Amino acid sequence: MSKLKVVVVGNGMVGHHFVDQMIQSEINAEITVIGGETRPAYDRVHLSEVFAGKQPKDLYLTSREFYSDNGVEAHFGDPVADINRSEKRVITENGQSFEYDKLVLATGSYPFVPPIEGSDRDECLTYRTIDDLAEIKANAEDSKIGVVVGGGLLGLECANAVQNLGLETHVVEFAPGLMGVQLDEGGSKMLRRKIEALGVKVHTQKATTLINENGSTKLRMNFADDTHLDTDMIVFSAGIRPYDQLAKKADLEVGARGGIVVDYHCRTSDSDIYAIGECALFGNMIYGLVAPGYRMAEVAVNQLSDAEEKTSFKGADMSTKLKLLGVDVGSIGDAHGKSANSIGYTFSDEREEIYKRIIVSGDGKTLLGAVLVGDCSDYDTLLQYFLNGIELPEKPENMILPATDGSSAPTLGVSALPMAATICSCHNVSKGDIVASIDGGCCSLGDVKCETKAASGCGGCAALLKNVVDDEMEARGLTVDKSICEHFPHTREELYHMIRVGEIKSFTDLIHKHGKGLGCEICKPAVANILASTWNDHVLEDNHVGLQDTNDTFLANMQKDGTYSVVPRVPGGEIKPKQLIAIGQVGEQYGLYTKITGGQRVDLFGARLNQLPDIWKQLIDAGLETGHAYAKSLRTVKSCVGSTWCRYGVQDSVGTAIDIENRYKGLRSPHKIKMAVSGCTRECAEAQCKDVGIIATENGWNMYVCGNGGMKPRHADLFATDLTTETLIKYIDRFLMFYIKTADRLQRTSVWMGNLEGGLDYLKEVIIADSLGIAEELEQQMAHIISTYQCEWKTAIEDTEKLKRFRQFVNSKEEDANVIFVQERGQIRPANEDEKNERNAQTA
Amino acid sequence: MSINQIICDKNDLIENSGVAAMVDGEQIAIFYLPTTEKKIFAISNWDPIGKANILSRGIVGDYEGKIVVSSPLYKQHFDLESGLCLEDEKAPVRTYSVSLKNDKVVMA
Repeated sequence: MSKLKVVVVGNGMVGHHFVDQMIQSEINAEITVIGGETRPAYDRVHLSEVFAGKQPKDLYLTSREFYSDNGVEAHFGDPVADINRSEKRVITENGQSFEYDKLVLATGSYPFVPPIEGSDRDECLTYRTIDDLAEIKANAEDSKIGVVVGGGLLGLECANAVQNLGLETHVVEFAPGLMGVQLDEGGSKMLRRKIEALGVKVHTQKATTLINENGSTKLRMNFADDTHLDTDMIVFSAGIRPYDQLAKKADLEVGARGGIVVDYHCRTSDSDIYAIGECALFGNMIYGLVAPGYRMAEVAVNQLSDAEEKTSFKGADMSTKLKLLGVDVGSIGDAHGKSANSIGYTFSDEREEIYKRIIVSGDGKTLLGAVLVGDCSDYDTLLQYFLNGIELPEKPENMILPATDGSSAPTLGVSALPMAATICSCHNVSKGDIVASIDGGCCSLGDVKCETKAASGCGGCAALLKNVVDDEMEARGLTVDKSICEHFPHTREELYHMIRVGEIKSFTDLIHKHGKGLGCEICKPAVANILASTWNDHVLEDNHVGLQDTNDTFLANMQKDGTYSVVPRVPGGEIKPKQLIAIGQVGEQYGLYTKITGGQRVDLFGARLNQLPDIWKQLIDAGLETGHAYAKSLRTVKSCVGSTWCRYGVQDSVGTAIDIENRYKGLRSPHKIKMAVSGCTRECAEAQCKDVGIIATENGWNMYVCGNGGMKPRHADLFATDLTTETLIKYIDRFLMFYIKTADRLQRTSVWMGNLEGGLDYLKEVIIADSLGIAEELEQQMAHIISTYQCEWKTAIEDTEKLKRFRQFVNSKEEDANVIFVQERGQIRPANEDEKNERNAQTA
Repeated sequence: MSINQIICDKNDLIENSGVAAMVDGEQIAIFYLPTTEKKIFAISNWDPIGKANILSRGIVGDYEGKIVVSSPLYKQHFDLESGLCLEDEKAPVRTYSVSLKNDKVVMA
């Protein structure tokens, strides 16, 4: 069967989702993507975060490499100019031509700029693409005042961006109220009140007639009511219009007010051409949200497949919940109460600035719509009532009224939700999917999140997800046993608490008081680790030595043949030639295999147990110290070369990396910790895949947390921006100590944060705002660890008792005859089974 | 290997941990658990699954009522009394009878 030629025009969020879904499907297709912008698809929804510290590349949803790795031909920056339907080909502006069997139009939309005289001036901008952002930023540099035209969702999002740039911000709206589509009059008024309190000036019912020059500022907007507003820059964000010119030129059916007409299979008037996303007009409506666009993309993929079950697009719920300028706003269904015979209930609190309204059916049984401003905590529950037609409680008004007699508002029993109920709309995860993941073995919120991706998009469904997971677990009679092992009926966090509060200094004491039996390979190292994070005694003290994993016992990493590898610390990756030579000499003298690690240091392999003390003596004499590569503790703080040498660097990343590595070296933690410091936004140290990532800005440091590489890579989240070095260190102190205090054994920071109710925001509250009042305590605990640091190897080689441990045999100087090396690429490697047999045959 | 053959001093042992000894060309892992009734255990140092001489360097403890060492390579449990591997019945290790006599570790 020959491959189906599929050409996709447009590489926005929906166009990319289509390609992504095609790749995941088993459809035998040759896919060509033609994007008008010069860059591949990115997340437009979170555009304004670029002004709050994110990099444009943080928004990317894909890459050229991803496409080419998956056999997708991608062309960017050369928009399609024509569709030749009779020859079934598209032609780009530069004259490239591509044949198709099926064509998918995902051309998206463009910002509507009202036809006002003067709106083509240089200081008049739009807000839609990453390039637009760059222009807004450039214009803002010599501006004091910025006006956003448009008081809708996009306009307010844009106003947030303008305010973040430090400009006096105005919003000009033609209609009587803000967000007229989503909010009723009362909600709109409350929103205005809250936004004005934040310093944004709102002007409604203003029709701009002329934009001309003005003396003191760059521009003057003249309104139809003879008033005017002076400004330096104007951003139009007054709605979108579908990009349908291509379709028009090709004589496809187009709506009277724009939009390519599609049927419920997302097919246009030409059955070989599909249109999806914001360029498509379905049921005389443009769906300007990303979720419906994704659903359209999935329907189109289904159409191209030979799946027997055909799906269709039946319109989409446009309910939405978002934070605009920090204000919570929610809108569900018929927000304006236009349904026949509907009844409305309103709650308005002008002191707390909260407005809530629900619209219910005449019989009071079904929820038809809702408006929430200032408090969206009821949104999830209301939305589920609305989407699933769940019968309302007898007094529906209680759903939005604050608790007066100590009883809280009735929350929705999640068990009432049907299996088809969508819990996470970003990733289209239903209650059924969550139940299936629990059936499949997931037994914690974190597991379910990893498995289903629920709550990993906008995160708005996190609370609801938790309720569903808890409810399901309970229904199965599953109480998750979080005991660390059979010897202690406690979690790691509880053991930590017992050790610290009870001032317990040894495993024997702890198991005597709080456990039973002899212990095992799970609880012993975990307790040794907590004891070290708390009291910081040497790990080879008599009462700790038997607790350690072999790597900690011998302060080296055991390899497959029972030999060890040795890694000296190289703080920040900075090393003197002399020390490199010393490492080289040790490697040569003991015939070790040497390799550069990913953490900017050198690993020496093939050391026998009895060689370790001599090797370390030489390394310590050369000024090196232990690298803790064997421990659950801070490994490395990777750095780029930074402002000292690099043309682009804005801060001394090496110096900071060295200081940080020296500060936290030896700190025992629930799992290994990796950090990195980059000297500018080019991010050469790859800080965003570390537990703590630090990226220099012109004003200081941006701090990222909870990233990791490895089996399940995760990008770190932006935690705080433009910190001074002093504040940065303070936050890292608190962050690490809080992790050590509350994480499970062998839990990386990313999973730990995933399991914290409230996730990143909660972490910010604890670390930055000190919501638990423990910041000082955490800093003091860290200070103790730092002041009691010792190089474990230095202490070990000075103590003959400790050295006894490094004998291969207690009664013989013989060596382990099973350790056999062969040469490969001029260095040693362990012999494999065949090579060992051959060697033994020769000697026999 | 003969009865009362001296292997090492009691001082060479490490409480609640293991050491390796070479006895007539065989590598033996000796564990000293003073709080148990038997106090001293010996099995082969060879890990039949990891294929290396390292069992003496594992963590000792109890697992579902049996006194065990956990291999430092791939964490299987070996019963110190029977030599059986709890995760793989096809991978038992040899056990040795040892005892403490006058501060010496001897073959029993």
